[in-house]
Amino acid sequence: MALTGIQIYKLLPQTNCKECGFPTCLAFAMKLAAKQVELADCPYVSEDSQAQLAESAAPPIRLVALKSDGHESKAGNEVVLFRHEKTFYHMPGIFLRIMDTEAEADIKAKVSAADAYKVNYVGIDLSIDGFAVASVSGDAGKFSQAVSVVRKASQKPLVLMSRDPEIMKAGLESLSGETPLIYGADANNWEAMAILAKEQKCALGVIDTTLDGLADLTQKITDKGLEDLVVDPGGRDFSSGLTYNTQIRRLSLKKNFRPLGFPIIAFPGDVGDSGLESMLAAQAISKYAGFIVIDNFSPATVYPLLVLRQNIYTDPQKPIQVQPGLYEINAPKPEDPLLVTTNFSITYFSVANEVEGSGLPAWLLVTDAEGMSVLTAWAAGKFDAERIAKAVKEFNVADKISKKQVVLPGHVAVLSGELEEELPGWAIKVGPREAVDLPSYMKQVL
Amino acid sequence: MPIEVPKDTWPGEVRSVTLGATVEQGGSRARTVTVGGEKTLPFMHFESEMPNAPVIAVEIKDRRPEDWSPLLLEAWGEAAENPAAWARAAEDQGCDLIQLTFHLTDAAGETTTPESAVSTVKSVLETTGLPLMVFGPGQAELDNELLVPVAEATKGERLVLGICEDKNYRTIVATAMANDHLVVARTPMDVNLAKQLNILISDMDFPLDRVLMDPTTGALGYGIEYGYSAMERLRLAALQGDNMTQLPMLVTPGFEAWKTKEAKVGEGVPESWGDWEERGINWETLTSITLLESGADIVVLRHPESIKRVKTAIEGLMAVPETA
Repeated sequence: MALTGIQIYKLLPQTNCKECGFPTCLAFAMKLAAKQVELADCPYVSEDSQAQLAESAAPPIRLVALKSDGHESKAGNEVVLFRHEKTFYHMPGIFLRIMDTEAEADIKAKVSAADAYKVNYVGIDLSIDGFAVASVSGDAGKFSQAVSVVRKASQKPLVLMSRDPEIMKAGLESLSGETPLIYGADANNWEAMAILAKEQKCALGVIDTTLDGLADLTQKITDKGLEDLVVDPGGRDFSSGLTYNTQIRRLSLKKNFRPLGFPIIAFPGDVGDSGLESMLAAQAISKYAGFIVIDNFSPATVYPLLVLRQNIYTDPQKPIQVQPGLYEINAPKPEDPLLVTTNFSITYFSVANEVEGSGLPAWLLVTDAEGMSVLTAWAAGKFDAERIAKAVKEFNVADKISKKQVVLPGHVAVLSGELEEELPGWAIKVGPREAVDLPSYMKQVL
Repeated sequence: MPIEVPKDTWPGEVRSVTLGATVEQGGSRARTVTVGGEKTLPFMHFESEMPNAPVIAVEIKDRRPEDWSPLLLEAWGEAAENPAAWARAAEDQGCDLIQLTFHLTDAAGETTTPESAVSTVKSVLETTGLPLMVFGPGQAELDNELLVPVAEATKGERLVLGICEDKNYRTIVATAMANDHLVVARTPMDVNLAKQLNILISDMDFPLDRVLMDPTTGALGYGIEYGYSAMERLRLAALQGDNMTQLPMLVTPGFEAWKTKEAKVGEGVPESWGDWEERGINWETLTSITLLESGADIVVLRHPESIKRVKTAIEGLMAVPETA
C-alpha cells in the first residue's frame, strides 16, 4: 500500500510555507496520501524524497498484460482485499490448457470450440481469454508443433509451459515475435528463462513452493531487468491455495512488499477431478488469482465460472443498471399485459428473457430502483407504490395501453393495496415471485 | 529471505452455537453439531485455529415438492415421497444436519395442519440421529401456527426454528425460548438489517448463542456479489467486536441455485449453457464455495452430488497447510 500521510510528511520540507495551498505540510501530506493532490504542488521537496515518493506511488501489484492480435488479458493493479472496500479491477484471465501429447486433430477441435465459445449474460457476451500449451512430452519439436496448431486455431493470448529453456525456445519460435507468458522460471532454470523472457519481451511466470523462495527468485529476476512477472506459489489444494493467495495479497497491499507484488497464476485443473476443479477455479476467482488455467472445457462449467467472475468483479458502488422506461417485448399491442420490475440489470434481463422466450407480447415497465433487485429495493424503500405510480405517469403508460392493469412481482404482493390507492381505476395483479415462472403465469392467468 | 506475513489479530469472535441435544442433554439426537467460534476470517489457519468446520445441511420437504427441478426429484427418487425416508437418504449422503421445510398445503391442496406438521417432525426425528432445523412455509401466520406446536412437541431437542424475519419473529422466538430450541433470523442482504433483527431478538432476552443468522445471498448470476459482500462485512464486524453480528451464518445455496433458470430448466435454453445436470450442480457448488469463503457456517444444499463435492471442498479448506 502507498505511504501514510505521516510517512509522507516525514519526506516533506516541514516548513509550512503554504505555497502548495494548504496551511501545513501535514495537511498537504494527508491530501497526498489520499491521492487528491500532486507532489509537484510542493516547490521545495528534495529529489531524494521525490524518488522515494514515486516508488511508493507505483501500484503494489504490478499490472501484467498478456497480448495477442486484437486480444488482451490483464491482471494486477488491485488495491483492496475485500471488494466492498472499493472494487476489484482486473478480472482474472481464464486459460484452457492443452498438452503437447494430445493428437493434433484433438487439439485443433478443442481449441476451435473453446475459442468460438460465447455465452450471453445480462446482455454481455462472455468468453475465455486464451490458451496454455504445456510441454508434457519433453520433446521440443512436439511442443513447437502443438503451439503452432493452437495458434492456428485461435488468436487469443497464450501461456507456454515448460521448465526447459530449450523447449521453451522452440515453442516461442512457432509464434514469430509474439509475447506469450513464459511459464516458467524456478530455482534451477531461472537464469536461462530470464534471459529468454528478456530477449523476447515476454512476461515470465516464477515458480516456487514457499513464499520465501518465491520472493528470492523474483528479486534475482527483477535484478536482471525484468518487470513483468507472474507468480505461482504452489498451493494446489483448497486450503494452501487460499492461504498463499491471501498472504501474497496482504503482503502486497499492507506491506507494499515488492518481491511478491505480481499477479498470481492458479492451476485448479491440477486437482484432476472436474467437479473439484470448478470449485477451485471459483475460489481462485474470488480469492485473488490473476490468471487461471483450467483443464476441462465444458460449457456447463465455464459458463458459471465466467458468470462468477463477472459478479465478483462488479463495482459494488455501481450496480449494473438498465435505463428505466417502458420496454416493448415481442411487439405488444395496446391490449397486451403490463408487467413491472426494477432497473437492476440482472432483474431486468431475467424478466425480459423469460417473457421474450415465452413468445407472448407484453409491456415491461422498468422503474428507477437505483439498480437494486426487487426485494432489496423494496427493503430499502426504492421500489414502492409511489415510485411505481410515478413511473406509470412519467413514461405515459396510460397512453400506450388500453387495459388498465399492472402485474406486480410476487415478492412485493404486499404493495397491492397501496398501489390501488396510487393508481385509482387500475387493476393490480400479483405475478410470480421468480421470473422463471412468468411464462406459465402469463399463459394461465393473463 | 524470511518473510513476515501480516497477521490480523481481532478483538472479537463468533459465538459457538450447538444444534441438537442428545438423550443426556434432554433431546434424542445421536450427536450434536457445533458451529461458529471463529476468531479470524474463514480458513486463515495461520492466524488462528478454526474451532468448528462449516457443516452441510440438506433441505427436505414434508411431501414431494412438485415445483422443484426434475433433476433433484430424480436424484432423490422414491425418498422424496416421504420426509422420513428422505432424511435417512440425506444422512446416508454424509450431511451433518437436516433442514425440513413445510409446504403451505398438503398434496390434496388443504392447508398444512399443526397435527400433520408435528407428526412429520416426529417421524423425521425417529429416522435420523442428526440435529434438525424446521422451517415454516414462509407465511407468517401459518409459520407460527405450525412451529409453536412443533416446538412444544419436541421440547429440549434444540431444533432450529425458522424463519424469523423483522415482521414475524416474536412468536417463534418465544416458543423457542420456552421449549429449549434455537432460531434462525433472516434479513435481505444488508448488514444493518441483519444487526437490527439480532438486536430485536436479543431484546426479548433470548440468548444469542441460540441464534443463527441468514443474511440471504442470492445465487450465482443473480446477485451473489451482494450477499458475498454483506457476509464479508458482517464477519469483519463480528471480528472487530460488534456483539450483534457475532452469530454463525446459515446460507441456502441449494434453494438459491435451484430456483435459477440455469439449474431449473433443461429445454429451450442456449446451447452455450452446456449439460443441464452438470450446470445445475455447478451452480449449486460454485454458489456454495463462494459463500464458504465469505464466512458461511452452515450451507443448506439440495443435490446429492453437490453434497459430496462441497464436503470434499470443506475438508480441503479445513486441512491446515504446512505454512500455517
